[in-house]
Amino acid sequence: MRTSISHRKERIDRGIKVRSDDIFVLASMRDLLYVTLPKAIVILALLIFPLLKDVVGMYWENVLVSTLVIILLALSWDMLASAGLVSLGQAFFFGVGSYIAGYLSYRFGWSPLFTIPTATLVGAIISTLFLFPVLRLRGIYFGLITFALPLLLSRLIEATKVLGGTEGMSALPPLPGITGKLYLLIFVVFLTLFAFRRLVSSDYGLVFQGIRDNDRAVIAAGFNIQWYKAQAVFLAALPATFAGAFVTHHFQFVGIPAFAQDYSILPLTAVVVGGAGTFIGGALGAVILMPLSEVLREFGSLRVVIYSLLLLIFAIGLPEGVFKYVKRKYTQIERLTTMEEVKHD
Amino acid sequence: MVTNFLIYGLVNSAILMLSAIGFSLTFGLSGVANFAHGALYLTAGFTAWMLINYLGLSPLVAMLLTVVLIGILGALIYRFILMPVRGIILSEVISTYALGVAMIEFFRWKGFVSFDFSLPPFMKGGIDILGVTIDYQRLIIIGIALIIAIFLWYFTHYTNTGLALRGMAQDEYTALSIGIESDWAAMLSLGLGAALAAVAAAAILPLGIISINMGYDIFLIALAVSVLGGLESTLGLFLGSLIIGYAMVIASTYLGPQWGQVVYLSAIVIVLAIKPSGLFGKYKELEERV
Repeated sequence: MRTSISHRKERIDRGIKVRSDDIFVLASMRDLLYVTLPKAIVILALLIFPLLKDVVGMYWENVLVSTLVIILLALSWDMLASAGLVSLGQAFFFGVGSYIAGYLSYRFGWSPLFTIPTATLVGAIISTLFLFPVLRLRGIYFGLITFALPLLLSRLIEATKVLGGTEGMSALPPLPGITGKLYLLIFVVFLTLFAFRRLVSSDYGLVFQGIRDNDRAVIAAGFNIQWYKAQAVFLAALPATFAGAFVTHHFQFVGIPAFAQDYSILPLTAVVVGGAGTFIGGALGAVILMPLSEVLREFGSLRVVIYSLLLLIFAIGLPEGVFKYVKRKYTQIERLTTMEEVKHD
Repeated sequence: MVTNFLIYGLVNSAILMLSAIGFSLTFGLSGVANFAHGALYLTAGFTAWMLINYLGLSPLVAMLLTVVLIGILGALIYRFILMPVRGIILSEVISTYALGVAMIEFFRWKGFVSFDFSLPPFMKGGIDILGVTIDYQRLIIIGIALIIAIFLWYFTHYTNTGLALRGMAQDEYTALSIGIESDWAAMLSLGLGAALAAVAAAAILPLGIISINMGYDIFLIALAVSVLGGLESTLGLFLGSLIIGYAMVIASTYLGPQWGQVVYLSAIVIVLAIKPSGLFGKYKELEERV
């Protein structure tokens, strides 16, 4: 029998993290900042950015609009994923919301103040009804159907020439003022983010997580999982249809591009880069990716290559995502520990 | 008119079947929905073109070499991209999809978009069958589709390797316990699928120019045909491509060319909604839905 000493890495919480976990965080300013600063910086930055219209220019304000839209779609994706529904076609929800808002405004001349809430609610109900027959599908099969749905709808609109056909519907009324628009969008993003985070960790949300982890066990516990999945789809559709309706009035146009693959791929990339299952991860991913994609715009279609390679690298190399990685570095340290190994030979 | 319809419907079905066979094989045997299937098809077309035009190889040699190269590429994709994320469905889909888009857009960026890019047909000219003129290349496509279908059916039912792959598809744990290695089987099925995509490219692309967007369309067609026919069923693949092939010809003749795409996209949605295992799939019903 002999013993050997070897080293391994272990992770332990930082002292400041432990101290700031409970009520005694109030005793120290430093601890308070440690807890609140990361959140406060993000929230303040988002709240101030729209006011800097003259400093950063309209171009970057528009980039912020598209970033926030992708955040909404990413949050919606994460909500679906929390109930085990992997969507490859967020463009479906986005397009449904876009077309409802566009049609109401084009045909009946409704003001955006009425079309956007109507499109959000009715769009979410319609999307849920559309997906209701296929909620029994699991895993990749649900993904495949959501992948095909937006493509099918855009081809159908092209072929049947309903809802404006290939030309779409243009000259829709805009929302007044860029600053007000941005604050509306920011408000909805925060509302969705906090509501979804709270909802998923509530008792109600636990059923969703149960369905994701082991659906048959949830059936055995006496839940009607089809009904719960339908509710998850409805909840997840709300921010996405809102984003669609918002973009319709932002560009004052709705057409086949509303079902474009961009609206499926970008949220998915954002979630993969940021980290799934945390909601903040998807938002963080979008904040990293959308400005990056603007910077890369001059490279033409090489941009898409870089983008997809990035997606590939993150999917394989850092599957937990940026958010969990950063959070771990922020709250924990790694150190070497010695361990004594006893070998019997 | 009727013979014209019958013959061109048959040609269309054969094209669909060839495009789908590699995807269906990979999905059926290893459960990986290879979203890069269309990109592999496109890469095969451009590889053959480059071998012919830059290295001056004869078309037949170039095409055979392409099939081998793309097959190896498929196996490498499994080894370096899919193996680290094996079993996580979302990551499998995302990584093959991202790879496919990267490959397709790379060709677009490199400027592979013009009318110069076309492969030579195996045989020029055509003949009259029952008053319908048809060129040899289309007949060859029907021939190749039939030969490959028969070969695959034989391979998966009567050879040891094929049986091992099917065993892995039906029950992974039992297959593991009798000594079939999971990664080897999946790597082989990805390689075979990619090689079959290259065969399809070599046979079909001489009919027209190589267009970039084909990379996306081929994947959707492959998905529609394999979903309708049922995975890992050669007969299902055969019937699925006949049904979608004729439906596409009918739709584009009577309703207009843009309805062709609607046909296969709605086939995906409707079949997945009603019977996700397709016409002849039988092993995966519990995996598909609850």
